[in-house]
Amino acid sequence: MSANPEKPKVAFYWCASCGGCEESVVDLAEDILMVLDKVDIVFWPVAMDFKKADVVAMPDKSILATLVNGAIRTSEQEEMVQLLRRKSQVLIAYGACSHLGGIPALTNEFSREEVLQYVYHDAPSVVNKEGTRPQPVTEDEGRNPTLPEFRNVVRSLDQVVDVDYYLPGCAPTPKLLKEALLVLLSGELPPKGTVLAPDIALCDECPRKDSKPTDVSFTEFKRPHLHRIDPELCLLAQGFICMGPATRGGCEALCINGNMPCTGCFGPTSRVKDQGAKMLSSVSSNMAAKEENEIDRVLDGIPDPVGTFYRYGLSKCLLRRKVTAGE
Amino acid sequence: MDKSVQSTWDQAQKNANADYMAKRRIVIDPITRLEGHGKIDIFLNKTGDVDRAYFQVPELRGFEVFSLGRPAEDMPQITSRICGVCPTAHHMAATKALDDLYKVEPTSAAKKVRELVYNAFMLEDHALHVYILGGPDFIVGPDAPPELRNVVGVIQKVGVDVGKQVISMRRRIRELIAYVGGKVIHPVLGLPGGVAKGIAKEDLAGLQELAKDCVEFAKFTLQIFHDIVLKNEEYVKLITSEYYTHRTYYMGLMDENNKVNFYDGKIRVVDPDGKPLSEFRAQEYLDHVQEHVESWSYVKFCYLKEVGWKGFVDGADSGIYAVAPLARLNASEGMATPLAQKAYEEFFEVLGGKPVHHTLANHWARVVEMLYAAERMQELLNDPEITSKDLRNIPTEKPSVGMGVVEAPRGTLFHHFETDDNGILTKVNLIVATQNNAARMALSVEAAAKGLIKKGEVNEGLLNKVEMAFRAYDPCHACASHSLPGKMPLIAYIRNAEGEILQELRR
Repeated sequence: MSANPEKPKVAFYWCASCGGCEESVVDLAEDILMVLDKVDIVFWPVAMDFKKADVVAMPDKSILATLVNGAIRTSEQEEMVQLLRRKSQVLIAYGACSHLGGIPALTNEFSREEVLQYVYHDAPSVVNKEGTRPQPVTEDEGRNPTLPEFRNVVRSLDQVVDVDYYLPGCAPTPKLLKEALLVLLSGELPPKGTVLAPDIALCDECPRKDSKPTDVSFTEFKRPHLHRIDPELCLLAQGFICMGPATRGGCEALCINGNMPCTGCFGPTSRVKDQGAKMLSSVSSNMAAKEENEIDRVLDGIPDPVGTFYRYGLSKCLLRRKVTAGE
Repeated sequence: MDKSVQSTWDQAQKNANADYMAKRRIVIDPITRLEGHGKIDIFLNKTGDVDRAYFQVPELRGFEVFSLGRPAEDMPQITSRICGVCPTAHHMAATKALDDLYKVEPTSAAKKVRELVYNAFMLEDHALHVYILGGPDFIVGPDAPPELRNVVGVIQKVGVDVGKQVISMRRRIRELIAYVGGKVIHPVLGLPGGVAKGIAKEDLAGLQELAKDCVEFAKFTLQIFHDIVLKNEEYVKLITSEYYTHRTYYMGLMDENNKVNFYDGKIRVVDPDGKPLSEFRAQEYLDHVQEHVESWSYVKFCYLKEVGWKGFVDGADSGIYAVAPLARLNASEGMATPLAQKAYEEFFEVLGGKPVHHTLANHWARVVEMLYAAERMQELLNDPEITSKDLRNIPTEKPSVGMGVVEAPRGTLFHHFETDDNGILTKVNLIVATQNNAARMALSVEAAAKGLIKKGEVNEGLLNKVEMAFRAYDPCHACASHSLPGKMPLIAYIRNAEGEILQELRR
């Protein structure tokens, strides 16, 4: 470990995330021994006891690479990623939340007050006659425990600090992580801003690729819980929304191997500006129906377009957050 | 000890003491080797003893609110993002809530596939805690230098070969989950009335082999626990010490014989003397569980409705309860498989009978549960129905309200959905394992801080022992932070000596 000053230093940190990205590092399995052999992990709260003060004490740029997962929402997360940016030569946005906002970014559709009101007052199991809400500073008999402040919206990492590379996915696969680490250690770095995954659409690596019709003609969209799913046939050809055409490959079609549609966690390829818009335009141009009423009926099969087309990307897309009166 | 390790060690002690001298306040930030963010804020009094310790969850997300307006069938995948370490628990609780929402029974084969995946998940998740998160405190030692109190130190201690065996076992179990669930982090198998994918006959033999190895792995882990922990008097003293002990209620999911079941059953609560207090189904959870709000943490604190919230105190008059391995063993009358039952009996015999109130006994209880999970995997894979292709009943009923419960590795997990006729969510309530435990964890951290920090004497090892008080629960703060508040007004209260509010100032 730190006994060997020759080894390059690497750090992992999490922001607003679920821990799946951390788990994907552990899922390196046998390869984690290779990583521990080649690098010195100097900060990794899920698995190691180094504290913030240890990071503060490090010289600037002394960490070769820091991989940050999770979206950015609190003052504490901002401070930590700014600190880690200063200490690191290379900063990598690791996973869908850090890359695009991820599932927590779906909150950008709601006002903060709506959330507060529900969580601390209206939720059916809450009893809160005093109307208590968590506070940045609590005054408790001379003691003042503090909490970080929450910002307006959920942001991706590059909306807060300068980012060098991106590893996509919810979560990224251990295979992609291993490849990225090997590239970093080789010293032959790709151009800044590179997404460290294949730049192809998921359809290209889908095992059902051969059954994808050149022209899909949608007469209805099926919700997966109400219909049987053929385990061989292209999901779009069966009428299920599968985000494959608008989504970057690299996961090796994991969800489809589980006989469920792709929900788009790897984000768009470099040729697509907006993942949701791309999928929406692809779906609309392939509608069999031409009459308005008929089109509406078909679209009833997609009751939640934002959650369907932008499930992981609401921080970084053409849609802005919901504007609510009084904010 | 290595020189650089020694100097870091000395420096950490110096820093901690300097911090105390300056402010009489010790902040452990971030707390480590747990899932998600956490902070401990300790305030000392004039004599340097602990006045108060706050165990805080410093962030939150917004699942209950941002799920609204979305199709209920997306919930098994959306809520799995509450936690990527226990995604299968949220995935399964949500799937079961969908069964209830659409009033559709999963086919018998689908239920077995789900339970198989679920037990595989419980086994690998418990193994993660034993070997990577909590275990290093015992395997390497609570006072070992922080550089070594982790998976690297564990591998050094048990040897690379054993380390590799543990890593490979965990990988194989996770491959089984990925085989059925597509992804292992955030699986996709759950649909109301069944599963998306089953098990092919030609793959069965390999999986049966895996289950056999899982049982051996669990036995091996129990042996390690015996050798390293139970044979060490210091550790046994630590486990049974007063500042890691709380007399509270205990909750867990049980089968019809009151044996621990992770996937299905009724919820059973016992009192601090081990006597049954209540039994209820998921659909009745609101009659039994309530949440209390404090201003110094984003997590809400659960308590038993029938007893009530009495503040951060233990005992039969306080509604604080525990979930997770120790609580499940306390709330049950045994384990449903033979090796686990034997380990269960030994657990209570050595620790002086039921219920066991020692927080650190969670580590041992976790290993007992690993045995059950492995044995249950074996039972299910030996059931011929496990390869049946009858995997789904398609819903036909109109949805309205659905509730689901499972035992997550960290304890009882409730999902509650309400929808319109089209299955679009109109209300969501989630009570996650770590929330159930939040009040008892706060008690544990404060008791450990008070018991360990005296006259301002602080060192890194002592602070780590304070962290051990929560680590035993294997808390998941990612889960605990599933709800998200927005901008918080700063409110200051001016109180008189009796604590009554005289004036309220708002920013």
